[in-house]
Amino acid sequence: MSSLQFDIAHLLAGSLVLASFMLLYQDRLYALLNVYALHAGVLALSVAWQAYVQAAPHLYVTALIALVFKAIIIPVALHRIIRRLGIHREIENVIGIGLTMMAGIGLVALSMVVMLRVTPGADALAREDLAFALSVVLLGLLIMVTRRNAVSQVVGFMSLENGLVLAATGAKGMPLVVEISVAFSVLIAFIVIGIFLFRIRERFDSVDVQALDRFRGERR
Amino acid sequence: MTIDALGAILLIPAISAALLAILPGYFLTAKLNVVAALATFLTSLSLFVIEPTSGQYLLLDDLNKVFIVLTTFVGFTTSVFSASYIHHEIETGRLTPAFLRFYHAMYQILMFAMNLALIANNIGLMWVAVEVATLTTVLMVGIYRTHEALEAAWKYFILGSVGIALALFGTILVYMAARPAVGEGLDGMVWTVLVQHAAAFDPALLNVAFVFLLLGYGTKVGLAPLHAWLPDAHAEGPTPISAVLSGLLLNVALYALLRFKMMLAVNSAAIAPGPLMVTMGLISVIFAALMLYRRRDIKRMFAYSSIEHMGIIVFAFGMGGPLANFAGLLHMTMHSLTKSAIFFAVGHIAQVKGTQKIADIGGLTVTNPVLGWGLMLGVIAIVGLPPLGIFMSEFLVVSSTFSRAPWLTAILVLGIIIALGGLLLRIGVVMFGEPKGKTAPAEASYVPMFTHLALVAMAGIYLPPVLVTGFTNVAKLLG
Repeated sequence: MSSLQFDIAHLLAGSLVLASFMLLYQDRLYALLNVYALHAGVLALSVAWQAYVQAAPHLYVTALIALVFKAIIIPVALHRIIRRLGIHREIENVIGIGLTMMAGIGLVALSMVVMLRVTPGADALAREDLAFALSVVLLGLLIMVTRRNAVSQVVGFMSLENGLVLAATGAKGMPLVVEISVAFSVLIAFIVIGIFLFRIRERFDSVDVQALDRFRGERR
Repeated sequence: MTIDALGAILLIPAISAALLAILPGYFLTAKLNVVAALATFLTSLSLFVIEPTSGQYLLLDDLNKVFIVLTTFVGFTTSVFSASYIHHEIETGRLTPAFLRFYHAMYQILMFAMNLALIANNIGLMWVAVEVATLTTVLMVGIYRTHEALEAAWKYFILGSVGIALALFGTILVYMAARPAVGEGLDGMVWTVLVQHAAAFDPALLNVAFVFLLLGYGTKVGLAPLHAWLPDAHAEGPTPISAVLSGLLLNVALYALLRFKMMLAVNSAAIAPGPLMVTMGLISVIFAALMLYRRRDIKRMFAYSSIEHMGIIVFAFGMGGPLANFAGLLHMTMHSLTKSAIFFAVGHIAQVKGTQKIADIGGLTVTNPVLGWGLMLGVIAIVGLPPLGIFMSEFLVVSSTFSRAPWLTAILVLGIIIALGGLLLRIGVVMFGEPKGKTAPAEASYVPMFTHLALVAMAGIYLPPVLVTGFTNVAKLLG
């Protein structure tokens, strides 16, 4: 592999981590969705580049799914849901943005230390990809725990799945089964979420998970 | 291609799910659900007679044979219970016929997914199956569409997805670890190939992979501190689903964990998975036992008891060795049978009394003697009093591990005793206290409940030699 190919792959995977950081500090739902579309777009580019570098044409399918489904269809649909529910207000964070960013930096450092240390044998591209992928997964988790709003939790989860796709494509020659399954699971997850959001709207006046929290625990 | 028994236990639920989704009329569909579950169970029994050959995608060995038979059996008895449970729900209007069609289709898809997870020879396929099983149960937990049910389903969905995502990352890492030894492509995910070559894998990568798999599938097993979804999902969903969740789905996730444990055992340079599992098991036992004291909802209470028992089972498998594995396997079987029997009883009781609140249920042995004593028998079994099956399996767990790790076993015994106190304290009032709530006679099907309890009682006194040899073989396989 030439160093240019490596550099581009590195750049794209790194951009995905950056996009995850951008998701972390968005405080409006529409903006959050736009950044998520960017996130998925970067993923599509990264996967397509992997497909080219590894000469693995089936990965182009994964890239296409990421582009069409994740970067276009889902954000558009979520936009519509938000408009219908009338919840384009600010997102409430559980902790402040500064602290969240610090925690995010810590998580990225952690995943670099862990992944680069345990994969000295693997080729450089796979190592970097795995380290970045773990960062994206952990940042996705962080988004999920720091947000109270159901839609932003879902976005956090979808960014987490993007990290998984990055990991799966970075692992050279991984059977297609998994890539399709990941894309498919996002589809199912989205349907589930759609139903849930609809129901939550039906029963509650907001999709703020805090409203759900009132019913937490034991019925008294 | 001819369809062998392995294909059949996937095809029967899949086809019935499609049929149940389109057929109207709950009377017919409930019966069809039972018939399909029975057919799957009988097919799974045939695995003992004619052994289908394992391929690249499907696998049959001694280990999953036990799991498959247990899963299809409890799936069948639960479908019988479900038929009478559903009858009542339709009459009271808690479920509409349209939802029922959905419910029955989902029940069969769940059976399909669990069977697939058990016989998959491909770690990617296994992951997909566990994910499908999770999603179907999420939908079923939320089926009543009350505030509580929606919150439970949402919590279950979020935590379950995170767990499943971590498990996928672990699966990818296993493939990465396997690639230098096995080569690229499909072989890198075939479990039988992986185990053969596991000794040559990079141990550091395998270690990290196992941590992710333990956290991921551990969430689905309901190990503390990843258990938060479990009590809500059990309490708010329809009771047949609580029975299947506790009795089967937790086992399926555990099975996935055991497969990876076997893989790590082959690689001598990798960490021993045992201590990690023992620690999580013990934390779950102690935590769940303490939580039992303050429960107000009867289904939540038994959900915590499930966490406790999964803790005991994971502890036993974590300790390892032929005897402890045997004990863990026996305990898993006994727990599945007992816990689902308890949920059968609790389901009917909640229907008769119209509430799940412990404070509003009282004097069951007077108002509904058969149900009351059935539940009492189940509770006596689940807390591990002699001479029933769980006493036997818990005794085996303790005696097989005590000489190796006396302190850890002492903690386990403490947890079991605390749980015993908690459950008996709560259930005493429900059973023998002042009669409370409605006293209408129950329209219940007692057969599934008493079949399970009879099996558990029998296992406490006499284990058939066939079962003992079978379990011994599996225990050896687990190492």
